[in-house]
Amino acid sequence: MTDPLALYIHWPFCLAKCPYCDFNSHVRDRIPQARFAAALRTELAWEAARLGRRPLGSIFFGGGTPSLMEPETAALLIADAQRLFDAAPGLEITLEANPTSVEAGRLAAFRDAGINRASLGVQSLEDESLRMLGRQHSAAQAVAGLELARRTFPRLSFDLIYARPHQSLTAWQAELHRALDLAADHLSLYQLTIEPGTAFEALHRRGELVLPGEDDAAALYEATAAAAQAHGLRQYEISNYAAPGAESRHNLAYWRYGDYVGIGPGAHGRVTLGHDLVATRRHRAPEPWADRVERDGHGSTAEEIVSQPDRAREMLLMGLRLHEGVDAARFARRTGMALLDALDPEVLAMAQDEGYVVHTPERLIATAEGRVRLDALLPALLR
Amino acid sequence: MTDTPLSRIRNFSIIAHIDHGKSTLADRLIQVCGGLTAREMTSQVLDNMELEKERGITIKAQTVRLAYKAHDGLTYQLNLMDTPGHVDFAYEVSRSLAACEGSLLVVDASQGVEAQTLANVYQAMDANHEIVPVLNKIDLPAAEPDKVKQQIEDVIGLDASDAVMISAKTGINIEGVLEALVTRLPPPTGDANKPLTALLVDSWYDQYLGVVILVRVRDGRLKRGMKIRMMSNGAAHLVEQCGVFTPKMIPTDDLGPGEMGYITAAIKTVADCNVGDTITDDRNPAEVALPGFKPSIPVVWCGLFPVDADDFEKLRESLGKLRLNDASFHYEAETSAALGFGYRCGFLGLLHLEIIQERLSREFDLDLIATAPSVVYHIFKNDGSMEPLHNPADMPDPTYIDHMEEPWIKATIMVPDEYLGSVLTLCNERRGQQSDLTYVGNRAMAVYRLPLNEVVFDFYDRLKSISRGYASFDYAMEDYKESDLVRISILVNQDPVDALSFIAHRSAADSRGRAICAKLKELIPRQLFKIAIQAAIGGRVIARETIGAMSKDVTAKCYGGDISRKRKLLEKQKEGKKRMRQFGKVEIPQSAFLAALKMDA
Repeated sequence: MTDPLALYIHWPFCLAKCPYCDFNSHVRDRIPQARFAAALRTELAWEAARLGRRPLGSIFFGGGTPSLMEPETAALLIADAQRLFDAAPGLEITLEANPTSVEAGRLAAFRDAGINRASLGVQSLEDESLRMLGRQHSAAQAVAGLELARRTFPRLSFDLIYARPHQSLTAWQAELHRALDLAADHLSLYQLTIEPGTAFEALHRRGELVLPGEDDAAALYEATAAAAQAHGLRQYEISNYAAPGAESRHNLAYWRYGDYVGIGPGAHGRVTLGHDLVATRRHRAPEPWADRVERDGHGSTAEEIVSQPDRAREMLLMGLRLHEGVDAARFARRTGMALLDALDPEVLAMAQDEGYVVHTPERLIATAEGRVRLDALLPALLR
Repeated sequence: MTDTPLSRIRNFSIIAHIDHGKSTLADRLIQVCGGLTAREMTSQVLDNMELEKERGITIKAQTVRLAYKAHDGLTYQLNLMDTPGHVDFAYEVSRSLAACEGSLLVVDASQGVEAQTLANVYQAMDANHEIVPVLNKIDLPAAEPDKVKQQIEDVIGLDASDAVMISAKTGINIEGVLEALVTRLPPPTGDANKPLTALLVDSWYDQYLGVVILVRVRDGRLKRGMKIRMMSNGAAHLVEQCGVFTPKMIPTDDLGPGEMGYITAAIKTVADCNVGDTITDDRNPAEVALPGFKPSIPVVWCGLFPVDADDFEKLRESLGKLRLNDASFHYEAETSAALGFGYRCGFLGLLHLEIIQERLSREFDLDLIATAPSVVYHIFKNDGSMEPLHNPADMPDPTYIDHMEEPWIKATIMVPDEYLGSVLTLCNERRGQQSDLTYVGNRAMAVYRLPLNEVVFDFYDRLKSISRGYASFDYAMEDYKESDLVRISILVNQDPVDALSFIAHRSAADSRGRAICAKLKELIPRQLFKIAIQAAIGGRVIARETIGAMSKDVTAKCYGGDISRKRKLLEKQKEGKKRMRQFGKVEIPQSAFLAALKMDA
């Protein structure tokens, strides 16, 4: 692959577990900083050894709450990555952070470590909603944190969660406008989703947490896109909005189905090794992962070669989330099969008639109408 | 046992509405006469099928021989014939009644006479029975024995002044019932020296014995080792065992005139043992068969399809096993574009249909889709020929049809006065023609002629709901009448769904078409593409509904770590679709089919 590599580094620790979150995050009394810093560096070196020198387009520190790691750890990992790979021009290095006072004080140190893009887990600008979502910060802290981050980093994104219980369309529009005025160049706006195994799932099952119905959720979604668009942020992915040129390069690598390396507990990857595309996965539990890294040099669990039909499915399920759709030439290169061969022609024709997709020799694009129904469209459209 | 003189035999049946206490009384009679020890008495001994116990109805006839020492010092042989209690089994009831000389008419003293009681009591009168009214549950605070006696006299025309007052549950006056049987019922007649004639009352399949036949001997003697002949088809069998139920099976050497009992003769299937047939001695046959034999003819048909196509073979085997025990139920293979391979099944009536369906799901663990029940239409073609039609899918093109006929019934409905208005409205909506309306106290009895196809279409459920469960209903088949009938097809995105088509009177077609389209709109979840649902007669659309496309269905978060999970989900979704019923690109969930076919329009 000529595409630059995307490097994901997972920091598995949080101050508290949020009730909606099903990510691989863990709460510890004292985070074993030195041990995890060393293990991450070891695993990065192991991956680099088998991948060889390649161009590197992005680094993403995700979690968990990676802003809880020592800035020095980030600095060491960034330096390692730049030494082991060929940093592409404009290498994007993102850090996820929360707008708590603990983390705010360290933002400058992270900038000095090489971070050039911050992604803040704001989630809401209303205190009551923040409490409901189990967040550790207030709305005022969120605003202060955003202002500090904007002064600190060249690029800034933040997350909001909408379609919360009892949230009206007008209330969400008002909250969203305040958020858009906070002048980030990128926003991730997620509809609240009940994930299996979370505290919210239990509440939902008991009927104590009621989400908006399908039509209300659709109205919220459309209003979200319209407001962001009016503010100059383009919906380049289902839940992601950016000023032109400010799209997350790292996340685009996922959606364009490029090679990405994932290190740290529970991290996934898709990397080209020889002629194969290999799906990689790391042991999920933090300490056992570290044990394995210390013993074997890596915490990888069963890796598998992704079959051709699976490559086609994965590339379409990611690519159709993008406004730009799936590039036919890139699809053929990445999967070894023609784009049309992956699709059910009858459904494709119906979806075109219905205005769900646009198909040209160059690209297959899910329209706004198609993207909002993508989970139903995909299983029908794929052969 | 077989030497009992005719004068000391009494054969009787019990007529009662569901829940009026027939089985409880039967249990008491058995207990008082010592047929079973207290330890052996399970409640409701006679209803031995699980389903019978649950529904409180009798499906197969049963018989019990009791020995009763009467006040005159003599011991009598009392044969209780427990008859099926439902109109669907009217013919079976008539044969059971033909085996007896008298009946106990059991009426709940707090409820009064119900429609089903009426039909059976009229049948008993037709069979020249001596009828002894018995008022049950007289110990209940709500009992109104005098009013109910009056009702029996007014509605049925029976003298109720000597009605036996009992409580079967608490055992009050069970002796009074037994004495009434001895003193008021006539003994059977018959001649042991004539050639054998025995009425075949019922039969069932026993895993160990093969077919067990329930008989009532009229003349002659039925002996073990005898070669018998079925007079309807001439088939001969060797009697392996004969005996009586007490209710335990007790083998005897023979059965004499007036006696009831069972025989086994290594018969493999009940289809060879037709209810109402006459059994005679193969070597010394009677010249004339007993009167009244009729082969059973199904009047209601529906398609049964396995939810899981892999269960087809299991369905075939299960139907075969049921048929071993129930010759009145018919089945033939059917293929539906919508539902796949299944069977078109014929039943004696709606209850019979429900019982078979329930047994298939309960005893054979089958998940089934049943299509809407259809009656048997007579199609007269232009060439003058007549074809019976029991599957709407088989209806020929109307250009080949000269005219059609549909079956009519005579329905008797008893209902408290306050609900009468709604009941009459319902009957009129269903093209009913009133033939009688009378009052007994505050209860009305309406007699209507109704097309059977209006009754199979949720009539009973509607009747129950508009009368809050107080109406009782009974019917008897009448005749066929010419009718303006049309087939209504249901189309999903222009494709006809064969399993949903049905036949209705032209005047009801539009409203019924609209109702089913509206119901389907409710039942089929919104999908990726919008769905057009239409009802049509031939090429003419009479009703239409559109199910809009779903408005939103998309995962909010999807990043690098989610790919494998999402892809597996996708594979599962695709797999799940294979199990859905596909119509073009529309998936109709199984549940929608089930509900649409059960609909209470």
